[in-house]
Amino acid sequence: MIPVNAGLQEQRSYNFGYLNEVTKRMLRRAILKAVSIPGFQVPIAGHEMPLPPGWGTGGMQITAALIGRSDVLKVIDQGADDSINATSIRRFFERVTDCRTTSSTREATIIQTRHRIPEERLSEGHIIVLQVPLPEPMRSLEPSETVTRRLHAFQDYGMLYVRLYEDMVRLGDAGGGTNHPVLVNGRYFAAPSPIPTFDNHKLDRSPALMLFGAGRHRRIYAIPPHTSVENLSFRDRPFVVRKVEGRCSVCGSTESYLDVISDDNGISGFVCSDTSFCATRRIGEPVGSRA
Amino acid sequence: MLVAIRGGEQAIENAERLLIEQRRGDPAISELSVEQIGEQLSLAVDRTMNEGALYDRHAASLALKQAQGDAAEAAFLLRTFRATLPRAGYSEPLHTASMQIERRITPIVKEAPGGQYLGATYDYIHRLLDEKPTGPDKSPISTDNESDPIIAPHLADRLARDGIAEKLPSANSGADIFDITRDPVMYPANREVRLQSLSRADEGFLTGLANSTLQGYGENFPLVTELRVGDVAVDFTIPELGFAVTIGRVTLSECEILNKKLDVQSDEPRFTRGYGLSLGRSERRAMAMAVNDRALKGRDLGEAVQCPIEDEQFVLSNADGVEAAGLLQSLKLPHYVSFQAELKRLRDIQAKHLLRGENSQ
Repeated sequence: MIPVNAGLQEQRSYNFGYLNEVTKRMLRRAILKAVSIPGFQVPIAGHEMPLPPGWGTGGMQITAALIGRSDVLKVIDQGADDSINATSIRRFFERVTDCRTTSSTREATIIQTRHRIPEERLSEGHIIVLQVPLPEPMRSLEPSETVTRRLHAFQDYGMLYVRLYEDMVRLGDAGGGTNHPVLVNGRYFAAPSPIPTFDNHKLDRSPALMLFGAGRHRRIYAIPPHTSVENLSFRDRPFVVRKVEGRCSVCGSTESYLDVISDDNGISGFVCSDTSFCATRRIGEPVGSRA
Repeated sequence: MLVAIRGGEQAIENAERLLIEQRRGDPAISELSVEQIGEQLSLAVDRTMNEGALYDRHAASLALKQAQGDAAEAAFLLRTFRATLPRAGYSEPLHTASMQIERRITPIVKEAPGGQYLGATYDYIHRLLDEKPTGPDKSPISTDNESDPIIAPHLADRLARDGIAEKLPSANSGADIFDITRDPVMYPANREVRLQSLSRADEGFLTGLANSTLQGYGENFPLVTELRVGDVAVDFTIPELGFAVTIGRVTLSECEILNKKLDVQSDEPRFTRGYGLSLGRSERRAMAMAVNDRALKGRDLGEAVQCPIEDEQFVLSNADGVEAAGLLQSLKLPHYVSFQAELKRLRDIQAKHLLRGENSQ
């Protein structure tokens, strides 16, 4: 008979980075493949993380597979380090690695992020890990995975352009608000994850490595450093970057992406969505790191 | 009003402390033990093991306790525990024909070889809430190991031999089997991928889908060939020994169904089959799984895929309760950047509409 408490006897602490080494190796292989074929969605097996699927588990799997003892991790959610889910993910990696974490973009080597790309200039040492809810840019137009895979293979992106045209005709506006599809390295269209279109240009020829992890959909894709990234658009109707016009009431920035702050009387002001950027401007130096 | 949900470690710690208090409930009432849950809420434990994809009664009972009895949360806890366990290897294919039967019914034939055993079932109990103590008030009727173990051959095998039911290929050895926990699931998916996904799927979702086809969405109305519950030996080939030894016994529920849809592609038309297997005493789940399995076989049999239950991507990519709950609940995460970006787009479009209206006047 199997003892009733089988499995609970092994009171080992979790492996460095939570995932076991075999799983990490499978993920690293997928990441290498993703980097080799920019924009292509590489399938991975699903590995349960202690956060629910849909809460950044794709990003967490990438981070867990890559993080090493010399890494410094930054986690942001909607641009903010102190957003509650970012705090939760950062705490998780503090618990399962002995890595240093930081809120400074400059200091970090791995930045896991949801829905934003940091304002500060990224550099070659940076790995940006984006959490992706839906990796397939054509999914809302074509539900079948078999069909969209074939369309990618034939580089048949007609339906994306038709949707763009229809939006233009019906709404008079062709730009998306978030998650506007991008053409990576002139070959594959990819979903940039729900970043605002304001952030899209940061993907183009970025010196940082951009990795995208979709946990629930079990896909990893990548934009390697210095890779060309174009926004889905027509040549005669250029892509429009949308941004709320205003000035950060904390640091005075007008060029950063701003969150609207409302009170009972309506809009009362603006504040930088990127808290690290805002703090750096305010103090004039990066905010302190955490041990 | 847009308010960022922000809060540091203190907020998370406080939330956890509040949760611990809420989970314990009134301290004046004695605390449930894991053993009590395992013994007295055993069907909830079985469901947790199925959806948590791990046969471990103790861990599943603990998960239920920690999740305040929430089936979805308990399954999730068990899954993450499972994800960290070292993998010893694959067992030999289970031989459910050698199951030590505690319950077996064969609704399509009056007398099946091996006999029928009602076992413990709610089927014919009147569902009336009863405040009386639930303990046995008479001498126990279960015979445990006194009588000889009951073994019965599978009725479906007999029907296949007789040219009535579809013939199935024999079981693969473990090494050739696709493993959804190690390999990416791709569509079209083969049957082992489908069965593995169904076996850990949310029971409510499977039951609902099965119901949809019983109600006429797709012609998949089945007949139950056989339903059996009992203990099966797990054999494992230990490399150092070079032969298989029995490493334990598991309680399983197994269901075979027949579908009057014939396999028209084969030389000889036969009734097609569906299969369900689940951990513990969970026959409703095994039945739902069998109905889903048969409906999803349509593509292999050259049938038209018309209804949700027949669409494998629809079923498999939505069936996992842990994943579905995760995505739904992720809507609670802050979305102010996304909302604001979409709001700006809406305002731009509205402004253009206004402009157009003015121009046309």
